[in-house]
Amino acid sequence: MLNNAQMNWQKTLQLGLIGGLVGILIALVGMVETFDKRDIIAGVITMGQTLLLLTVLITAYFAARSSTRPGSPLSLLSGTLAGLIFSLMLGLLALAVENFNLRPVLVNASPQLVRILTFDEGLPGGLVQLFLIGAVIGAIGGALHMLPDRIRSAITLGLAVVAFLGLMQEILQVTIRSVPALDDGLAWMFGRGTEKGVSAAGAIVFFIVTVTANLLWMGNSQRVQSRFSKLPARSQRSVRWFLYGLIFLIVLYLPAILGLYLTEVINATGLMILMGLGLNIVVGFAGLLDLGYVAFYAIGAYTIGVLTNLSGELTWAVGMNFWLALPVAIALATFAGILLGIPVLSMRGDYLAIVTLGFGEIIRILALSDFLKPTIGGSQGIVNIPPPMFIQTLINKPQTLYYVIVAGCLLALFIGQRLRDSRLGRSWKAMREDEDVAQAMGINLVATKLLAFATGAAFSGLSGAILAIKLGTIYPHSFALLISINVLALIIVGGMGSIPGVFVGALLLVGLPELLREFAEYRLLIYGALLVVMMQVRPEGFWPEATHKRELHQATPDVVQADTLQAEA
Amino acid sequence: MAPILVANNVTKQFGGLIAVNKLSVEIPEQSISSIIGPNGAGKTTFFNCITGFYTPESGEILFRGSRIDGLRPDQVTQMRISRTYQNIRLFTNLTAIENIMVGYDPHLKTGWLDAVLRTRRYHEDEEAAHREAIRLLHFVGLAGSGDQIARNLPYGAQRRLEIARALASKPGLLLLDEPTAGMNPHETVEMMHFIRNLRDSLGTTIMLIEHDMRLVMGVSEQVTVLDFGEKIAEGLPAEIQSNQRVIEAYLGRGAATEGMSSSQAGNTTT
Repeated sequence: MLNNAQMNWQKTLQLGLIGGLVGILIALVGMVETFDKRDIIAGVITMGQTLLLLTVLITAYFAARSSTRPGSPLSLLSGTLAGLIFSLMLGLLALAVENFNLRPVLVNASPQLVRILTFDEGLPGGLVQLFLIGAVIGAIGGALHMLPDRIRSAITLGLAVVAFLGLMQEILQVTIRSVPALDDGLAWMFGRGTEKGVSAAGAIVFFIVTVTANLLWMGNSQRVQSRFSKLPARSQRSVRWFLYGLIFLIVLYLPAILGLYLTEVINATGLMILMGLGLNIVVGFAGLLDLGYVAFYAIGAYTIGVLTNLSGELTWAVGMNFWLALPVAIALATFAGILLGIPVLSMRGDYLAIVTLGFGEIIRILALSDFLKPTIGGSQGIVNIPPPMFIQTLINKPQTLYYVIVAGCLLALFIGQRLRDSRLGRSWKAMREDEDVAQAMGINLVATKLLAFATGAAFSGLSGAILAIKLGTIYPHSFALLISINVLALIIVGGMGSIPGVFVGALLLVGLPELLREFAEYRLLIYGALLVVMMQVRPEGFWPEATHKRELHQATPDVVQADTLQAEA
Repeated sequence: MAPILVANNVTKQFGGLIAVNKLSVEIPEQSISSIIGPNGAGKTTFFNCITGFYTPESGEILFRGSRIDGLRPDQVTQMRISRTYQNIRLFTNLTAIENIMVGYDPHLKTGWLDAVLRTRRYHEDEEAAHREAIRLLHFVGLAGSGDQIARNLPYGAQRRLEIARALASKPGLLLLDEPTAGMNPHETVEMMHFIRNLRDSLGTTIMLIEHDMRLVMGVSEQVTVLDFGEKIAEGLPAEIQSNQRVIEAYLGRGAATEGMSSSQAGNTTT
């Protein structure tokens, strides 16, 4: 093992080189250049630069972590070195781009890239600046390793908040501007006019506020919690209901505060949350890897489409009321879930994944086929799905649809959470852990598996039904394999089997990309990278499944004592 | 007393290999019986036949007078037979309490709708399962570790938790597959007392597969010896110890008849 005065040079070198390669990759796929169009802190730092600096910071931190002992001052040296190697490699890239014409092969190796890498200084002079900044950021990364965990996580959070606000400032400003008083008070925090990102002053304020708040909370959370648990049960309940009420009010007024665009984003995220909650039961609880989950989404959407459609082109169009068609859609999706479940009862792991994958494709191809064209529209899909009425309100705007989606999510949340805490939830988890042993414990695998498939399919069908009225038209192409994969990815990122994890995953993988539409071309690249990093660093997800504390919940019954005595005798 | 479990001419084949060959065993009610034999003698296969993991090719297995061969494992468990495994197979990511509560599942009737609506049946079931889990935790000496994730428990505790989980279904017959594998001599003695106490206090019939002869001889009332899937001896521990065929099976024919040196005898058995 290393002692305080030792440092693993090889590791530092290795990680610096790896980081540098990642940096070059990021530059050459064009992310730096594309992201450079946005500022994080107005006039100070762009998003492209942030991306590179962040990579340097992370590289340096990991270099320090793996080559020195925690708290050792050599962390600084290691971080600096790694940062320097990183910037040297970027410098080489800049030189190569400047002196050779790489563009026929590497489209993004442009003069613009060199300008960004050298901070607009041009080649020889800018390089010095590049190396200097690389070393400084590297040193900061190394220094992060020396700090106690609590302070490091506070600083990380602070940086993340500033970066997030910088990214989102345009949307935030739109929201804030709707309240003039708020606008006057907060305007200085953001870049003005054509400038994007937060202002320098705003960044500093946000950073300090986040770090202090986090440190205060971390220092006092236990005290607050223990004091809360000492309160009498009645006041605990009223505090809890007060919080629920507050959340309810926020949820109720959210569309009015957020405006059209953000509500639209929330709606898209909500539909994925609804699907995620369903797939979480199948994959997260029961451990049945289902890659054809989109099929039930399609069945839900198409049922609504066929039953409520008014165009008169489809043979079965009956012009049913949406609220009457909705139970039919959910029932059909559930039925399809059971239908898929039966043949795959004895399959596990990869085999199950492949068969379900095939099922998803079958449904999509059926939707596309000429064979079913008279009933479900073939490749032209179904148009003219009328928006439903709900007590004299026409649900045709994102702001009204929002409430339908929230209601759906709440229902799924309610059902999912109650099933999780029941005999069925335990059986699902037991099956996930070890199917044979679960069966040997007396669990009926057929019923348990089918219930998982059916419940998951029902949620997905509900989501699809809402999608149909959200879009008003549905095409087979809306139900591609990628949706199944997205839902699976959001569960993995959020945390397998974790209900709050579904929300976190959906916000990260659906909400955020929706807000960053201009970078859509890098979406899958970032997805892939995120999944790989997650599996390495945090395989349990961002919000892992909580374990329930049950033993000390209840006073020990008297029987137990008698038995213990007997057992010890 | 009438036997609780009767196996008649049970045969289980894997392709050309006859793992259990025309095995007939009777297990008396409330007894502790051991099945011993060299590696590959078919002991675990026989357990798997009883618990429904395998269906025997021929023969029959009767539990309290009714046929159980050919039933699914969950159906066998519903009839009050439960088991543990040679290599501990807990639900590793569930807590100790949850593990035991899963074992209590055959006594629960909560359905999908009960769970969603939290009906009275749900509350009664959850309470009963929880109470039983706490009781069993105390019984196997794991009080205080109930909220730990099973995988984080020490080895000996995992063994006992597995037994607690098996006991949760309130079995009439408990099959323990090498309960002391990997334990030190002290823990083995503890396990011996525990097994005897289990039978005395709960009246559960116990069948053991075991390699530790001290445990087998110390605790069992009946010992059945298997070799190459066939029963070669059966009787009281003392009878088995002096049985010529058993010694042959364990140490090889040469060692038994000519009294060869122990190192060579070791070679023939491995």
